[in-house]
Amino acid sequence: MKCDSGAIVVGAGIVGAACAEALARRGLSVRLLDARSGGATAAGMGHLVTLDDNDAELALTRDSIVRWRAWAPAMDEGCAFRGNGTLWLAASDEEWALAENKGARLAALGEAVDLLDARALAGVEPALRTGLLGALRLREDAIVYPPNVVRWLLRRHPGQISERHAEVVEIDGRGVTLAGGERLAADVVVLANGIEAATLCPELPIVPKKGHLAITDRYPGVLTHTVTELGYLGSVHNSEGPSLAFNAQPRPTGQLLIGTSRQFGSRDRDVDGGILARMLEHAAGFLPVLRELNIVRCWTGLRAASPDSLPLIGRHPDRDGLWLAVGHEGLGVTAAPTTAELLVGAIFGEPAVIDPQPYAPERFLGRSGAREGAEDA
Amino acid sequence: MPELIVNDRPQQVAAGISVAAALARLGHGTVRISVGGAPRAPLCGMGVCQECRVRIDGRLQLACQTVVRDGMRISLETLLGQGGQG
Repeated sequence: MKCDSGAIVVGAGIVGAACAEALARRGLSVRLLDARSGGATAAGMGHLVTLDDNDAELALTRDSIVRWRAWAPAMDEGCAFRGNGTLWLAASDEEWALAENKGARLAALGEAVDLLDARALAGVEPALRTGLLGALRLREDAIVYPPNVVRWLLRRHPGQISERHAEVVEIDGRGVTLAGGERLAADVVVLANGIEAATLCPELPIVPKKGHLAITDRYPGVLTHTVTELGYLGSVHNSEGPSLAFNAQPRPTGQLLIGTSRQFGSRDRDVDGGILARMLEHAAGFLPVLRELNIVRCWTGLRAASPDSLPLIGRHPDRDGLWLAVGHEGLGVTAAPTTAELLVGAIFGEPAVIDPQPYAPERFLGRSGAREGAEDA
Repeated sequence: MPELIVNDRPQQVAAGISVAAALARLGHGTVRISVGGAPRAPLCGMGVCQECRVRIDGRLQLACQTVVRDGMRISLETLLGQGGQG
């Protein structure tokens, strides 16, 4: 490819920043544009989590967490990386069987996992309620503070990435048009702006999935791992109506992040008191001490969800020069490093770091995507 | 008049006022230190901003939403450390 006018990346969240860094590392100058309309990166938990609902999700999250761990030693303290692992809690015989299966599958792949029975679980996380059957621990999972990781990524190649507060109103493979009419040209345009992607490219099947989070005051030592319920797996892909799942994460400040909810069809960012109350009640069922703790902030975020819950990473089949890195739903932070390597590797014609097919935009766009859509209708 | 014990020092305050008001009248301009290390003070006075959280009888509570009671023990975080004159 030629690099006369460099690259434009639309969206300065974690995915856009990782793509900008990967482009800059290969020598391109990058203009990063962000409308500051509030994305998912600063709203999420910053949980780096291995998920294995399907092979493609597992490949993406595993490869990405290896890359996160490679970044970790170079990141500053503000990035708040902690390799504290995830505990998947089993509350029933069925969930314990799930934990065993999931553990066996991941162990066979070489993941660092171990099963904790009820006694071992109570030993490592005594604040959890009694009566849990145990947990599967994923030792490679970690946490970060994503907004500071974005800043860290953009500083890695001094002089090569310029960031600008600007709203893009039109996009094609040769550049973008800003609100106000200014035209910026580029050889490569990367779209990485989450739920706003469909505003610029209405053909993208991206819909918002709203989530609530709350954070407590500082109570160091209540938890050490990120703890989440195995029921989460059933809950998050239930696409009709709001769903709730317990997820609690100790931050390096001593605060606890408490989640989570998922809700389709809502673009407003208001906190829904009813959903928040149910979410906290559900969380207190797992972490009874929560009833004694103060929540100091609660907020919402909009995840950018695709129809099959996998991101769209790759060339836009119908718009030459336009590249997509959108639709990560709740995995944008976890999957950012590998997303950037897949996308920028494809732009530069490098061998793919993992099989890129499951994330190819063609599954929804272009001739084959349109045919699938017609068959659905 | 109720007596508060603020950072181990007994102090007389008016009855019926909030802990935040009592601390202001006792000259405590700031009541805690943020995670970034900055001093913080009561701001909204109505239980929304969460800036006035202090440890009252061992539990973190909002000073502006708590009425003073005789014998209450309050610990404030100061830049000089617990028990300082900040």
